[in-house]
Amino acid sequence: MIETVKVTEKQKKSRRNRNVALGLVLAGLVGLFYVITIVKIGGIGG
Amino acid sequence: MTVIDNHGAVGGEGGIRLSEADARDFFELLKPRVMSLVVFTALVGLVVAPGDLHPVLAVISVLCIAVGAGASGALNMWYDADIDAVMSRTAKRPIPSGRIEPREALAFGLTLSVFSVVILGLAVNWAAASLLAFTIFFYAVVYTMWLKRSTPQNIVIGGASGAFPPMIGWACVTGSVSLDSILLFLVIFLWTPAHFWALALFKMRDYGSVGIPMMPNVAGERSTKNQIVVYAVLTAAVAVAPSFTGLAGLGYGLFAAALGAIFIYCSIAVWRMPDGDQKMIAAKKMFAYSVFYLFAVFSALLADHFAAGLAGAML
Repeated sequence: MIETVKVTEKQKKSRRNRNVALGLVLAGLVGLFYVITIVKIGGIGG
Repeated sequence: MTVIDNHGAVGGEGGIRLSEADARDFFELLKPRVMSLVVFTALVGLVVAPGDLHPVLAVISVLCIAVGAGASGALNMWYDADIDAVMSRTAKRPIPSGRIEPREALAFGLTLSVFSVVILGLAVNWAAASLLAFTIFFYAVVYTMWLKRSTPQNIVIGGASGAFPPMIGWACVTGSVSLDSILLFLVIFLWTPAHFWALALFKMRDYGSVGIPMMPNVAGERSTKNQIVVYAVLTAAVAVAPSFTGLAGLGYGLFAAALGAIFIYCSIAVWRMPDGDQKMIAAKKMFAYSVFYLFAVFSALLADHFAAGLAGAML
């Protein structure tokens, strides 16, 4: 037997909100690691 | 196929529970108001420290310190959800109000703690990262889990965690701890009891109702007021000290002395309040001024540093 959960509109909305926020945080982390790498490599070169 | 209805924040008997929390609720777990003070004091520690740090790494340092402080706030809210639910000041926080599950807050706090420490270590230096890790541990474990519920000296010792940020900012630049960074630490460390006990005086019923041994509930109003004056005097004295060690100039010293005199004056006004005073106006004023005082002292340090730099460039 398969069980599924009926999600309410409010739960759908908040889930989407959390997903967007998490996406932004992950994108921010990518940018952060990129910038750290550039600064560190620049430091070695200097 | 079975379809399970899932109304409200907590699911049915099957234990299914889909969160209705949004990003703002998680942000609230970070205690943004406390975080603003942490960010500011860390920034001052970082700017006035001798030496240079790449501006990008300076921004990352402050970000990591802010996130680390926020993480410890989330861990605090996770552990204290039971008493937060009872106190009027904290009842609307995300966990007691049911918007976030305790285990979500715990996972959130632990994840941010690890990320903030590791990134600070990799990007800046491991001395600063170690201090940040110790700060998170001190606030979440030593203060929240141990001291807060066991001794009226809870915020005296636990206040150290709020005092570390300028020291971490300093360590980001120098990679070490020095007398001047300890002075910055001491200003906040000594300020915390006077600041927090002013709040505890007019919120003592709240703390009493949940069994937290805050000083006014345990030692009484009179003893708390005496101690507020002592800590206000100590804070005012230590806040002037950077002008004697060479960290700041005479202008800063005079300004800090004036601010400190008002701080002591406020504490004496609290001391003069009759015991059992219902309105506690002097305590409320003291609390409000204490927040302004700390911002003003650290702003003055920053201004003095830039003024000295400007004067040096002109000569």
